[in-house]
Amino acid sequence: MSDNPTTGTLRVKTGLAEMLKGGVIMDVVNAEQAKIAEDAGAVAVMSLERVPADIRAAGGVARMADPTRVDEIIEAVSIPVMAKCRIGHFVEAQVLQSLGVDYIDESEVLTPADEEHHVNKWDFTVPFVCGARNLGEALRRIGEGAAMIRTKGEPGTGNVVEAVRHMRTMLEEIAWVAGVREEQLFSVAKDLQAPYDLVKWVHENKTLPVVNFSAGGIATPCDAALMMQLGCDGVFVGSGIFKSGDPAKRAKAIVEATTHFTDADIIARVSRDLGEAMVGINISDIPDAERMQERGW
Amino acid sequence: MRVGVLALQGAFREHITDLEALGASVLPVRLPEQLDGLRGLVIPGGESTAIAKLMRTYGFYEPIRAKHAGGMAVWGTCAGAILMAAEIADARADQEPLGLLDAVVRRNAYGRQKDSFEADLQIAGFKEPFRGVFIRAPRIESVGPGVEVLATHGERIVAARDGNLMATTFHPELTGDPRLHRFFLDRVIGAK
Repeated sequence: MSDNPTTGTLRVKTGLAEMLKGGVIMDVVNAEQAKIAEDAGAVAVMSLERVPADIRAAGGVARMADPTRVDEIIEAVSIPVMAKCRIGHFVEAQVLQSLGVDYIDESEVLTPADEEHHVNKWDFTVPFVCGARNLGEALRRIGEGAAMIRTKGEPGTGNVVEAVRHMRTMLEEIAWVAGVREEQLFSVAKDLQAPYDLVKWVHENKTLPVVNFSAGGIATPCDAALMMQLGCDGVFVGSGIFKSGDPAKRAKAIVEATTHFTDADIIARVSRDLGEAMVGINISDIPDAERMQERGW
Repeated sequence: MRVGVLALQGAFREHITDLEALGASVLPVRLPEQLDGLRGLVIPGGESTAIAKLMRTYGFYEPIRAKHAGGMAVWGTCAGAILMAAEIADARADQEPLGLLDAVVRRNAYGRQKDSFEADLQIAGFKEPFRGVFIRAPRIESVGPGVEVLATHGERIVAARDGNLMATTFHPELTGDPRLHRFFLDRVIGAK
């Protein structure tokens, strides 16, 4: 005896993110990279046309990946496949859902398609992850239907400083909202530009209502463990793996450091002899207009 | 009662919270030596390939088998159900199950994430239905003699039990319903 199954519920959407916790999600541009990521122990792969470091180098407009590439990646691995669409580009999102991707990342790494509106994510069966630099941004995305959040960092830099800034901001603002008196929540919601009900939820539960990963600049096992110790639920690694000297070895090392994030002996062991890390970029060397984290409203 | 939750990757925190709420003393297990002295072990949901790789790298296979042979109960949910089976249908070449429960399990048996679903389940011995949350869920294709089927959804086996082993293809830790956790602590642990 059983009722008819219900798909696309919030619990099913957020539930997949719960299953990814403690894991590493890796950017891949083709099936070969996807297999390397899966073999290294990635919990999911993120399909995109170019990794952020190459998007930065190439300039121009960055879009959703070619559906043929996405298909090849879905065919190549048995772990979940995520893919990026442009902010506000709901047709790219519709196409990604039709291709069967498991999560859509409405991502500031790609060139925004709408400078006012994000995708109405409630319209979709497939869940969305969105970037955020602070609590207000996270709650706006959740209000639009995002089932998972990642702090943005500054993608394609190999520099963890912005990832740290955004994670600390998120946690400090959660602690602040948890600590105010209930009658203050209306004004807090106004300050954060966030839906009141979600602000109240954070006040009562002292955490975000969805899983929160860290992203944007993670390049080493120590970076991954740092973000985990700061309190994120898992990490995204973009350019850090496939722009490094030995992607397979570095990917496996980052996976192990993410699991054993408080065990410095293990982190030390896996950090040895990884070859060249990706060349990093100092944030102050990036012109304001090229900072991806500023995209999203 | 001291129980462990394998904490390599996945939804281990929810299992820990649920078991602690029922009065158990719960240890997150990240290294094999932490299995010592446990009456039961939960292998949580997560990505079975990622968990299996970490289990191999950190040498978990033989210690879990040995502790189970010595009486440790094991409950696997979703990825955990895959890992505790005797056989994984369609497994990747490097994906080795623990071979504890006499069952054949197939990964991603319902399709992709857009096919993930919730449904009410009738579980043997429970009066009220149990809300099953199925996320890229596996299915138990067949079970050996002596394995009791606890629940089905349609034609598919979604919960099974053999003595001190239990497998569920759905996620009780995402529903806040404590009945299966209580069943594990009261009935599965210590059973022959």
